[in-house]
Amino acid sequence: MSKQEYNITAYTENQVGLLNRLAIIFSRRKINIESLNTSPSEIEGIHRFNIVVHESEEVVRKIARQMEKQVEVLKVYFNPNEEVIWQEMALYKVPTDVIAERALVERLLREHGARVVLIRKDYTVFETTGHREETDKLLAVLHPYGLIEFVRSARIAIIKTSQGFHHKLREFERQQPGEEVSENEFLDRRDKVFSM
Amino acid sequence: MFPNPQLQSAPASPEALAVPQVSGAVALLQGLVAEGVDTIFGYPGGAIIPIYDALYDFQEQLNHVLVRHEQGGIHAAQGYARASGRVGVVFATSGPGATNLVTGLADAQIDSTPLVCITGQVFAHLLGTDAFQETDILNITTPVTKWNHQITDARDIPAALAKAFYIARSGRPGPVLLDITKNAQLQLFEHAGYEPCTHIRSYRPRPVVRPEYVQRAAELINQAQRPLVLWGQGVLLGSAEAEFREFIEKSGIPAAWTILGAGALPTGHPLNVGMLGMHGNYGPNVLTNECDVLIAIGMRFDDRVTGRLDKYARQAQIIHLDIDPTEIDKNVTATVPVWGDCKETLPLLTQLVAARQHPAWRQRFRDHDAEEVAAVIQDELFPTQDELTMGEVIHQLNQLTQGEAIIVTDVGQHQMVACRYARLNHPRLSITSGGLGTMGFALPAAIGAKYGAPHRTVVAVIGDGGIQMTIQELGTIMQTGIEVKILLLNNQFLGMVRQWQELFHERRYSAVEIASPDYVTVANGYGIAARRVEHRPDLQPALRQLLSHPGSFLLEVRVTRENNIFPMVPQGCGVGEIRLK
Ligand SMILES: Cc1ncc(C[n+]2csc(CCOP(=O)(O)OP(=O)(O)O)c2C)c(N)n1
Repeated sequence: MSKQEYNITAYTENQVGLLNRLAIIFSRRKINIESLNTSPSEIEGIHRFNIVVHESEEVVRKIARQMEKQVEVLKVYFNPNEEVIWQEMALYKVPTDVIAERALVERLLREHGARVVLIRKDYTVFETTGHREETDKLLAVLHPYGLIEFVRSARIAIIKTSQGFHHKLREFERQQPGEEVSENEFLDRRDKVFSM
Repeated sequence: MFPNPQLQSAPASPEALAVPQVSGAVALLQGLVAEGVDTIFGYPGGAIIPIYDALYDFQEQLNHVLVRHEQGGIHAAQGYARASGRVGVVFATSGPGATNLVTGLADAQIDSTPLVCITGQVFAHLLGTDAFQETDILNITTPVTKWNHQITDARDIPAALAKAFYIARSGRPGPVLLDITKNAQLQLFEHAGYEPCTHIRSYRPRPVVRPEYVQRAAELINQAQRPLVLWGQGVLLGSAEAEFREFIEKSGIPAAWTILGAGALPTGHPLNVGMLGMHGNYGPNVLTNECDVLIAIGMRFDDRVTGRLDKYARQAQIIHLDIDPTEIDKNVTATVPVWGDCKETLPLLTQLVAARQHPAWRQRFRDHDAEEVAAVIQDELFPTQDELTMGEVIHQLNQLTQGEAIIVTDVGQHQMVACRYARLNHPRLSITSGGLGTMGFALPAAIGAKYGAPHRTVVAVIGDGGIQMTIQELGTIMQTGIEVKILLLNNQFLGMVRQWQELFHERRYSAVEIASPDYVTVANGYGIAARRVEHRPDLQPALRQLLSHPGSFLLEVRVTRENNIFPMVPQGCGVGEIRLK
């Protein structure tokens, strides 16, 4: 079965030790995690993991089920790249003198959609956000100017067709009622908040 | 006891005095009582002393069994859980006490046994400092628990304990570990009362059954000419034995079992066609590769059952009933998955299936049985040679126990023989370490089983290798006076490994000859009656003595040294390639 990049999105309780429990699911099967990000979600108290792996659909489906089986995991989705909007952020540190002297900073910024985060006498920090190829481009351009440090973040992704998780959660709660769940108040007034 | 002054709670306000102040340790024991726990298996130590101190005042409600090793404690709790269908409870101290639980946790996890393990932990302020007897037990046990959690504040104890019991016994059951720091055990707090847990937002143990899948499964079954049922422990865990029997009897489908499913349908039932797997019966293994519809119920297609997957039931449409979605399509792709508790799904299915008999198809199982009897079973159960065989010992045991005793087995050749030949009239009479194959399991598990089902005779069938792994639990028998019948089958070898070395490694017997102590003397040293036999005329009287002796008894039977267990599906072969010789 052919492998490709999958974006695994997991909604979880915010619980110590869960990261380890999830990581074990991958390491047991000798699957390398390409990228991992965890952050709060739109629902209070619920965290969201974005995990990227290069695997076949069958393997990813099995992993997703095993993740969902963990007590603290509410729901897991997996999508190939075309089904998500995804971004990574990169920071670049270069010597200020070289960059000021030899490169046209402004052109760099415009052509690569970069932003200056900090300018000091000794170095300057740029930032770009985008897909891997985009952030890589600026990296290649800056290399000759004595790149001092480079860092790229984990991927974050939003599923294109998703209604967000609060619908699903409400459905769960209807089937098996529990305590009240507090959701992001803006989500219930979405039309007002997001209408252009 | 010198309470740490820092841990004493602030003076209570007058209105708060109405709510009783208890220690975390007391709250824990109150919670256990509220959960209906009657027996705890455990071993104390510094980090769990406050709980043991509190236990002193709970002796009326909670019976604590002091084992000789924490591994014995957790295996005993497993035996208790499997015999009784309730949650087994274990106490252990931090560090070495907790790490000694790991084998039992792994065993319980793979065999879906509900357990709640309570481990003591060092004071919270010492966590992560390599304090005396500190281990990171949460991280050590994460892969082998269904859930685990550390408590550093007494106020969290009641809710965490309630959650632990709910998780351990619901859905697909499993072991749970709660690690409680010493300060939390000592800390006083206002305890408003124990409330059982019935809901966790992120945990949905009962799948919603989708009737359209049941419908499709029934259609497949009704069209089938050669249907075969494979059942596993899921039937027992779901307490669905009656529902299962109704389904089988109405549909007239022959049914075979995994060793953990043994007993869900009585051994003598006309539709029970025997044991699956590497040392299972000939008929069900061969005919797995000839059936047209395979109905797997609460079983997980373990590789010991399937042999080589690419040669497994390729011709069959597969219906898989399971409560755990990760089992569906894991090893064998299902044509129709029926995700749900089989106690719920089986009656729906029974309603929709046609009443049938399948006489010709069932005859084929009987034909294969006859072949197996002639090639293997006759000689094993009624040998003509002088030396005793394991099979005849189990056969004679059956005649005396009449399918009413609990048979607990260890791991090895005797396990396969006992599972193949034991007669079981009821569910929960067979207890064995299936998925992990843990030697040393049987003796402590038998002790636990007797606590879980005191009205039953409990016979532990153990090899000379396995008994030496947890032989110290004879001390537990001595101290508690619990009645366990120990049937030790001594072939002076690590028999199962020897069989593999004989068959697959040109008889190069590497480290499989194992010497034994004089078991009769050892047992007597523990105050346990014992006897050794090696001649056929002595066997039956000795077995009678084993069973009728008031109290525990150890019977060592010297059996043939180099006997092999057949049939056998050699590793790397398909189930259709099962060998009779
Ligand atoms: C803890 C553990 N260690 C090693 C093994 C590997 N093993 C499987 S069967 C077996 C031999 C068992 O010998 P014995 O207890 O004498 O029983 P027999 O096979 O002779 O009936 C061994 C060593 C195991 N299953 N468990």
